[in-house]
Amino acid sequence: MGKVVLVTGVARQLGGRFVRRIQRDPEVERVIAVDAVSPAHHLGGADYVQADIRHPAIARVLAEHNVDTVVHMDVTGTPLGSGGRATLKETNVIGTMQLLGACQKSPSVKRLVVKSSTNVYGSAPRDPAVFTETTPPKSLPSGGFAKDTVEVEGYVRGFARRRPDVAVCVLRFANILGPSADSPLASYFSLPVLPTVLGYDPRLQFVHEDDVIEVLRIASHEPERGTLNSGTFNIAGDGVLLLSQCARRLGRPTVPLLMPAVSWFGSMVRTLGVSDFSPEQLRLLTHGRVVSTNQMRETLGYRAKYTTAETFADFARSRGPGLLPPEAVAGAIDRIAALPVPALPLSVLGGGQPPTQSAN
Amino acid sequence: MADAKVIPFDDDRTRGGSTQRPPRRRGAGSRRKGEPAVVRDVHGGREGREGREARETGEVQPLPGRPTSADDVPVTREKPEPPQGAAEAQNGSSLERRIAGGLAFLRKRLTGDYEVDDFGYDEELTDQVLMSLLRPVYEKYFRVEVKGIENIPTDGGALIVANHSGTLPMDGLMMQVAVHDNHPAGRHLRLLAADLVFMLPVVNELARKLGHTLACAEDASRLLQQGELVGVMPEGFKGLGKPFGDRYKLQRFGRGGFVSTALRAGTPIIPCSIVGAEEIYPMIGNSKTLARLLGFPYFPITPTFPWLGPLGAVPLPTKWTIQFGEPIPTDGYPPEAAEDPMLMFNLTDQVREQIQHTLYKLLVQRRSVFF
Repeated sequence: MGKVVLVTGVARQLGGRFVRRIQRDPEVERVIAVDAVSPAHHLGGADYVQADIRHPAIARVLAEHNVDTVVHMDVTGTPLGSGGRATLKETNVIGTMQLLGACQKSPSVKRLVVKSSTNVYGSAPRDPAVFTETTPPKSLPSGGFAKDTVEVEGYVRGFARRRPDVAVCVLRFANILGPSADSPLASYFSLPVLPTVLGYDPRLQFVHEDDVIEVLRIASHEPERGTLNSGTFNIAGDGVLLLSQCARRLGRPTVPLLMPAVSWFGSMVRTLGVSDFSPEQLRLLTHGRVVSTNQMRETLGYRAKYTTAETFADFARSRGPGLLPPEAVAGAIDRIAALPVPALPLSVLGGGQPPTQSAN
Repeated sequence: MADAKVIPFDDDRTRGGSTQRPPRRRGAGSRRKGEPAVVRDVHGGREGREGREARETGEVQPLPGRPTSADDVPVTREKPEPPQGAAEAQNGSSLERRIAGGLAFLRKRLTGDYEVDDFGYDEELTDQVLMSLLRPVYEKYFRVEVKGIENIPTDGGALIVANHSGTLPMDGLMMQVAVHDNHPAGRHLRLLAADLVFMLPVVNELARKLGHTLACAEDASRLLQQGELVGVMPEGFKGLGKPFGDRYKLQRFGRGGFVSTALRAGTPIIPCSIVGAEEIYPMIGNSKTLARLLGFPYFPITPTFPWLGPLGAVPLPTKWTIQFGEPIPTDGYPPEAAEDPMLMFNLTDQVREQIQHTLYKLLVQRRSVFF
């Protein structure tokens, strides 16, 4: 008998892609796709059930379809459509509570996969440079999506204690980027001019959408020999990019602003609805965050196909050139390099040469 | 063991030397480096002889009583050397190469085509730009003398433990240049810095790019396991901001966390003594109120700072000595030894004593603070 997988949050690009992908796996018999709003994209042959995970109705869906694997992807930072921050928080936190309550009552559930984020570590100058899964954050996120994920993970831990027979996998994804990314960071990088915090150059880490889908797939199946797919894992591409490097590779000029000015700019942009420049994102863009992916490689047995730099390159290709495309900058410097060389020594040596020549 | 009386702090003799220095140094500047050695042989004659004479007098000159002689040499040598013929061509081509190299570097930087490690360490920027900014301070201003560089292994992790002093952490930066420039393998030192460094704008950015990271057990052991050379100054602000009267008296070495980190990683501990940093800003007072207002651990008051404003923040040009001591191996201990507080205290004391002894030895050998 094949598996029955229930996926939440399918109205988003990433959820939709995962649903389409997991159906192709031979051991999967049926996929139940759940979301409160109907998705704009097709879901392959999955059964779409319009249900709000904030309501107890979700327990009926679980029982009705005899679901054995739950993939909870409805923990996100950007509101879908018209919903504001309050609705989002409710979906994240109350939705998770309801879903976990339903799972706890359902005897058929054998596996739970939760999409979390490395936001749970926060970003602070006192933190170690690289977070491992066991690093306690020095300062807990004060609000926003980061706080939601901390709370969600708390409930998931509680569920794992109460249902030790269910394999629980929490995947802490770094900033997800890719051609169809709709994360706050993706919209930040789409601004024509990137405001940055003066005097800070944060280290950023990205994970490609393809890797996200693949890791979710591994986590929702039986573990392969020699690997373990229950527990908490950081998922990120190898390597690190600095924000200044990202801006240059993207070809978008940066405007360093003083901290208070950035906060003000952030709130202005937020009210205009151009980009979600929330306080926790501001902290990320100030202090940066890097996680260790040893557990992902050694325990989960997964190697990210895209490094951080490759992920970013893929994202940059999909966004089109900025105001200062790197090729144009490189071309300008090459033109300077190709200038007639004899002209250079004179101008550079300047004071040193003329007197000696007159002496000759 | 006497401490304060072995330090001759002779102001009047050196003031004269130090006031004359800045303009001369600038005159000598970068030109000395660019000129190829062949030049002197190519154009013999009068000019060449003159140059040779100047060179010889230059070699004779550095007497203990004449600190400025070293700076005099290039000034006299500069004039009689017109870049002619072969020399000019060589100069031109080396300049060309340098310009091309500089443009290639600029191109890489502006297009973001470089790599940083997980800690934000930008090796390229450090080697090509930041180190060459620190090098004049290291070579010309503090004239750092390095001893015992052979005690640093050519590969594999090691923890360098040094004393900390000087109000501003110049000693850490100088130690970084010392290791990189003197070690045969050109190893890079990764310093562990206080959290204050990572809270200040600009400073945190530069510190990360220079390869520094937060002084915490996680970062230190991660770096050691990667086989990096890690530098730590366990005295922290206690050492950095101690009054001038307490110079060269080592403060408490924290809780000895560095020993257990090195022991877990099985890497040797290399004690390092830095002489000269104590006198760059003689801290005669500490304004606690101002420090609290600004959120700093101390606010130094020196004979010149803050009275002379930014001019008072110029460090005194003391002569430095950095000595790396015999490595203390830690791989002989069982892994559970890292949990043994008694052993940790003993090892911490051993390291501390060794640094303190070397400090006294170097102070006795030192002729003067400034040269």
